[in-house]
Amino acid sequence: MSTQNIPPAQDTPPAAVDEDAQGTADDEELVATAPATLATGVGDYFGAIRLRIKNGEAGSLPVIIGVVVIAIFFQIERSEFLTAGNLVNLLVQASIFVVFGVAETFALLLSEIDLSLGYGAGVGAFVMAELIASPVNLPWWLGIIGGLVTMAILGTAQGLLIARLRLPSFVVTLGGQLAFLGLMQEIANADKTAVGGTIQLDSNTPVYKLVSSSMSTSLAWILLVVCIVWIVFNTVRKNRSRRSHGLTAPPIAVALVPVILAAIVGVVLVLICNANRGTLTVLRGMPWVIPFVLLIVAVYSWFMAHSRTGRYIYAVGNNPEAARRAGINVKWIVTFGFIMANVTAGFAGLIYMSNQGSMSIDINGGQYVLFAVAAAVIGGASLFGGRGKISNSLLGGLVIAVVYNGLGLMGVSAPIQDMVTAAVLIVAVSLDAIVRARRTAH
Amino acid sequence: MSTSDSETAEVLLSLRGISKSFGQVQALTDVSLDVPEGKVTALIGDNGSGKSTLIKTIAGLWSPDSGEIHWRDKRVHISTPRDAEELGIKTIYQDLALCDNLDIVGNMFLGHEEMTYKLLDEGKMEGTALKVLEQLQVVTVKSVRQLAESLSGGQRQSVAVAKAVMTNARLVIMDEPTAALGVVQTRVVLELVKRLSSSGVAVLMISHNLNDVFAVADRIAVMYLGRLVVSGPASGFNRQNAVEYMTTGTAAQTVDVA
Repeated sequence: MSTQNIPPAQDTPPAAVDEDAQGTADDEELVATAPATLATGVGDYFGAIRLRIKNGEAGSLPVIIGVVVIAIFFQIERSEFLTAGNLVNLLVQASIFVVFGVAETFALLLSEIDLSLGYGAGVGAFVMAELIASPVNLPWWLGIIGGLVTMAILGTAQGLLIARLRLPSFVVTLGGQLAFLGLMQEIANADKTAVGGTIQLDSNTPVYKLVSSSMSTSLAWILLVVCIVWIVFNTVRKNRSRRSHGLTAPPIAVALVPVILAAIVGVVLVLICNANRGTLTVLRGMPWVIPFVLLIVAVYSWFMAHSRTGRYIYAVGNNPEAARRAGINVKWIVTFGFIMANVTAGFAGLIYMSNQGSMSIDINGGQYVLFAVAAAVIGGASLFGGRGKISNSLLGGLVIAVVYNGLGLMGVSAPIQDMVTAAVLIVAVSLDAIVRARRTAH
Repeated sequence: MSTSDSETAEVLLSLRGISKSFGQVQALTDVSLDVPEGKVTALIGDNGSGKSTLIKTIAGLWSPDSGEIHWRDKRVHISTPRDAEELGIKTIYQDLALCDNLDIVGNMFLGHEEMTYKLLDEGKMEGTALKVLEQLQVVTVKSVRQLAESLSGGQRQSVAVAKAVMTNARLVIMDEPTAALGVVQTRVVLELVKRLSSSGVAVLMISHNLNDVFAVADRIAVMYLGRLVVSGPASGFNRQNAVEYMTTGTAAQTVDVA
């Protein structure tokens, strides 16, 4: 009756005996399902990953390979690239890009964009700095909360204009960017002690020490072990719970593969940070900003995966009409997304300020918002909404930091650095588009 | 297709003299229709006959200008989609309203997720989704964790129907369910429609495709220029008089109206 499809290569699954269309549909389904869901063994798992790569679902793999290639290139050019000192510096730089990327991800997931995050972060940082400095002299944590609340208000204002008045987010946040630049300058003007638009941070405040101060070497190991144990415990527990409810669950070995990979990355990270990077004196330990950023990413990722609001952000970004018909308050979800984007930009401003040791109006907010978009997109978030994860920005921010750091070591001029980074962004997005085109070519 | 008498099935929804106009345009004129439980009622008619308008009136998108709607012999007013949902009316529009970036479980529970301690209870939802799909005998789907975008047209339609069933719908309205589907997938959806009606749900199906209509319908109602010109058991219709009713409003070989 119908002919058996001959598999073109040994790693594609045998196609259905029925029509050609059914065979292709089966492939699509297998490709679109997470490898862990259908895998019955570790070999199966990697086979499923290979199949997905062949069919255009490579995920972050091209970017990871890219980073490795770029890093090798820079190491060849300048052997001080892979030194502890340089790498820790690179990671701190990356953390700013990562948090900006996470902030922008909220807007991108909703099929919107927030162009105000650069100077918004500046406003947030200035508010924090002013609150903890004299004459206000609030405790550091209250100053940070004050800055974040300010960002929440700015985010609400923009979000309401976009959600309720249906104004295009591009236009509203472009206006926001300009308004925040002005607002930031006004705050600096109002403070008579801010000479030349710069307010110094007291070097004793935790805000200052976020970047410059590090945790002890043993603490880093303890935290790493605690995290790994916690994740393994949770993975096993969830796996057992699924089985006990009669749901399919991958074999434990398969479920633990991503955990093992993450653990390896964690070990490497701790080793780099704990190595002696001092020149005159011994300097070891992971700067506090690194676990700070990882914590932000972890909490946000958990929220997006386990809360209704997180799920609704994805739904609204893909099909707002379907969401509306399902009874979801679309306007609130959009407003909330912009609040989260702006508050997270406040965190980015905090890290920026801590890195500088001061806050100044010459923060290049225009460039930072572009890095925000770049970090999110390079990491895998889609500009068209509904796709991407918060954790994507970890990779995206790292890529940007690697490029800038390496070019800086090579003594390349700032304009050339910018052009190269732009080229990297274009290449990353093009690669993603080409790889995805293989998928839709069916 | 059920061969038992339509009269013995309880009438779930009864429209009496429904009229609706939009400005100068008289979209519906004096439409009366009974939709019985556990049967598939096909609503057919040419473009512009008022099928969509009638469906949207039942779904609560607007109120009729005149006429009455009865649900289980009690007069009701359906002025918003919420009213329709509360009665147990679930409408599956042609665009299906699925989110491509969510998996099947996510789509089926969209808007009414199962929560435990204020968090999504994935295990419970997945279990329920599997059960519902099993009940509807949807077997072609490999995993309920597949993203909606990877599903074929027939599978998407199945998920949309499963979504409707889960909310304990008593009347499921389907607007052109097989319009964009191939042969195999059409078969899947028609099987689903039959299974749905045999589980006691009333199905009101708009379709252009007379093959599909004659394959599943227990009753056929024909609309012509805003009027319901005839309705009765499907056995009384054939292709010829169905088309005649659709295009002219009457037929040489008339139908025994029941």
